Amino acid sequence: MAEQFDPLHQFQIERLFEIPIGGLDASFTNSALFMVVAVTAITAFLLIAMSGRSLVPGRLQSMAELSYEFIANMIRENAGRAGMKYFPFIFSLFMFVLFSNLIGMIPYTFTVTSHIIVTFALALVVFIGVTVIGFVRHGLHFLTLFVPSGVPMALLPLLVVIEVLSYLIRPISLSVRLFANMTAGHTMLKVFGSFVVMLGVLGGWAPLAFVVALTGLEVGIAFLQAYVFTILTCIYLNDALHLHH
Amino acid sequence: MDPAAAKLIGAGLATIALAGVGVGIGNIFGSFVSGALRNPAAAPKVFGNVLLGFALTEAIALFALLIALLLLFVF
Repeated sequence: MAEQFDPLHQFQIERLFEIPIGGLDASFTNSALFMVVAVTAITAFLLIAMSGRSLVPGRLQSMAELSYEFIANMIRENAGRAGMKYFPFIFSLFMFVLFSNLIGMIPYTFTVTSHIIVTFALALVVFIGVTVIGFVRHGLHFLTLFVPSGVPMALLPLLVVIEVLSYLIRPISLSVRLFANMTAGHTMLKVFGSFVVMLGVLGGWAPLAFVVALTGLEVGIAFLQAYVFTILTCIYLNDALHLHH
Repeated sequence: MDPAAAKLIGAGLATIALAGVGVGIGNIFGSFVSGALRNPAAAPKVFGNVLLGFALTEAIALFALLIALLLLFVF
């Protein structure tokens, strides 16, 4: 009984199918299941919405077209025309983070992005991808990214060190932002939910109203965090593609 | 000092960082409202930047939370 009131129990990874490969445990876990659910939901949404292909879109098709336009505008605004080449990646990234966050809001589901390893894998892909893109496009000239123009020579060594450190911290900040938002949000929901049960009649309608408001906030945060992850990816891509121009 | 007690005190001290974050978030939205009252037509265009700024500042709060949790549960 105490286990059900533990707010951290929802983040437990459970094996659904044991798949030992060699010495490693490659089991299909609840995390993997919800990743599959998210990808299936995204694919189903986009395929079904666009299956009508009418010139004047209905509601569902509008939603699919809106999501396309939203990301396309974000990339064009922040990374320019050259960034549109990476549209499939950034669109997939946005939709995956968004759907994982939203599916986690359904009671009794598992939030895929509430584990640091998942968000860190995504952030690392973005970081390494953007760095490789920068080096391929500019060669060693890419390193001038760390040397801002118009800086007096005396400050230069210190500034370069600071710039390099702030560049290296990008995958960490990107992943921790998403992970901590999701974990803290869902933990808060569980804790306040248990208050509703524990206070019962004494609290009246106030704890429940607060939990409803908090759930609404968490849905907003799900969208916001997906948006922020994606727009920061576009900004980092812009840095790599166009250095500081 | 008892390590368990030190952990709890450390975690409590780590939350002092949230004061700065509160000031920062208030600053962002205060400037936005101030600007929007002067130039309502430009407000929707800059709202995206407001959300970005809010999320980046919130990230600092979450770094502080992360340190508090690290102190409590990892060390």
